[in-house]
Amino acid sequence: MEAIFSSPWFMPVAATVAIIALFPLVAGYIVLVERKLLADFQVRLGPMRVGPHGLLQPIADAVKLLIKEDIIPAEADRFIFWMAPVISTFTGLTAFAVLPFARNIYVADVNVGLLVVSAMGAVGILGIILGGWASNSHYPLLGSLRSAAQLVSYEVALAFALLSGVMMAGTLSMQGIVKAQYEHGTWSVFGNYGFMIVPFAVYLISATAETNRAPFDLPEAESELVAGFHTEYSGFRWALYFLAEYANIFVVSSVAVTLFWGGWLRPFPKVAWLAVPLNLAFPILLFTGSALLTFPMVKRLKDPLQQKVLIGAALFLLLIAALFAIPAVNAAVIGLFWFLLKVSTIIYLMIWFRGTFPRYRYDQLMNIGWKVAIPIGMAAVLINAVLGMLQQA
Amino acid sequence: MVIDAVSFYLFALMVLGGGILTITRRNAVHSAISLIVSLLGVAGLYLLQGAEFLFAVQIVLYVGGIMLLFLFVIMLVNLDMAAKERQFNHQWLVALVAVALVGAQTGYFLIRGQGAFRIADAGGIAPPSALGNTEILADALFSKYLLPFELVSVLLLVAVVGSVVMAKKRI
Repeated sequence: MEAIFSSPWFMPVAATVAIIALFPLVAGYIVLVERKLLADFQVRLGPMRVGPHGLLQPIADAVKLLIKEDIIPAEADRFIFWMAPVISTFTGLTAFAVLPFARNIYVADVNVGLLVVSAMGAVGILGIILGGWASNSHYPLLGSLRSAAQLVSYEVALAFALLSGVMMAGTLSMQGIVKAQYEHGTWSVFGNYGFMIVPFAVYLISATAETNRAPFDLPEAESELVAGFHTEYSGFRWALYFLAEYANIFVVSSVAVTLFWGGWLRPFPKVAWLAVPLNLAFPILLFTGSALLTFPMVKRLKDPLQQKVLIGAALFLLLIAALFAIPAVNAAVIGLFWFLLKVSTIIYLMIWFRGTFPRYRYDQLMNIGWKVAIPIGMAAVLINAVLGMLQQA
Repeated sequence: MVIDAVSFYLFALMVLGGGILTITRRNAVHSAISLIVSLLGVAGLYLLQGAEFLFAVQIVLYVGGIMLLFLFVIMLVNLDMAAKERQFNHQWLVALVAVALVGAQTGYFLIRGQGAFRIADAGGIAPPSALGNTEILADALFSKYLLPFELVSVLLLVAVVGSVVMAKKRI
């Protein structure tokens, strides 16, 4: 047993299995959070039927997608139609391999980690445009042409924003970027006299466009193109596209967290006396608080079975809080806790964008990409280079 | 290393198979996809040589940039019409003679300069250095090869400005 844990293969294999097994479930629950939040923004209730407050909705959705009829259009290019969602999902999940989840939890730490993420994003676009083309139908083709133009435009702005972050860290390795921020004692977003907030904003806007999210969801604008590139997809293939989309959202949020928000570092990573309140008290309070807020909701439910499920969920939260109190467990997962907390914050922000901003017109989208985001990104690289040199001198 | 050898032959198969499929497929989109497979194989070969930076840049630029624009243009073409159109390049005789000439030339050079070439020289790969691949490349580009590097970027800028001037009717 000891030999298995200390083997150099243990962490990569365990992390890979965990990612592939858990991410579909996580993606399902991100969708539930998104639906619930959008419902809140629009003063509705959102999913309420399956499980208490729709808590089991993702599982019902997954079962529905798996047993749905799989339709391939008659004149479609069958092989490419079959391959396209696979390309999207494969690249989306491969990018997870270089994400630094915690000091010891990661699959691989390669010295061009950030470029691997960009490369996987670049190949992932092929899944979208080939899927749209292979459907042999007009709306998907228009959707995929739009997405090709949009993704190529915003990739440039994205690269400039990443460059500013890389200049702060001085390395392309994802673990190295986090460690460089530990050496500085601050997260990169507060670096260079606070100027790093500009590339972070450019990154967030371009990343929203890169993942085809509202307000940049022109490739799947439902009021114009039915559903864009995946109009002709149904059942499990469609689910694969969905999985890929949420994998991409998770990956771009993780890159933002790693590059600008200190990865798995806690706030004020070098202030020693904050270790106990932040690493021990904060997670326990967070999970206990959520559990205690869940109990009053149980009374308002009418169905006894749903009440039991909700009590189970609250007890699960209490169990997590209790686990954080054990020193050995706490030391092992506290990095993961901070990483996932920050990633969730950014995903929340992206859902908030969707609930707030109306969709742009196509020419507005291109104007923002080429005439605003790219010049600001370039200027940010120049100014950050000068400020960084001043700080070193 | 067995893994290295297996990966090498796998990537080589991707490069050659993709290349052959690129010129034999009738459907232009299938050709483009085969070319992408071929380019990915080249990226894999870079990785085997320990050139991680080239590997990533090969994928980002060729697959994510150039091939994407290729596909973009091909999708706008009516493929059925293009496939039915009469081809004007049936020049078998000239092509065969040209290929034979180039083959003879290359063979002659290979035989004459046998000593100068190192064909399949095992152990010729430089050991990985302590500095990362990216840093070494950046050092070389911005110190030793600064002038050629800047000239190439000016050339690319001229190409960009030129294409804008040609495409736009009124500036």
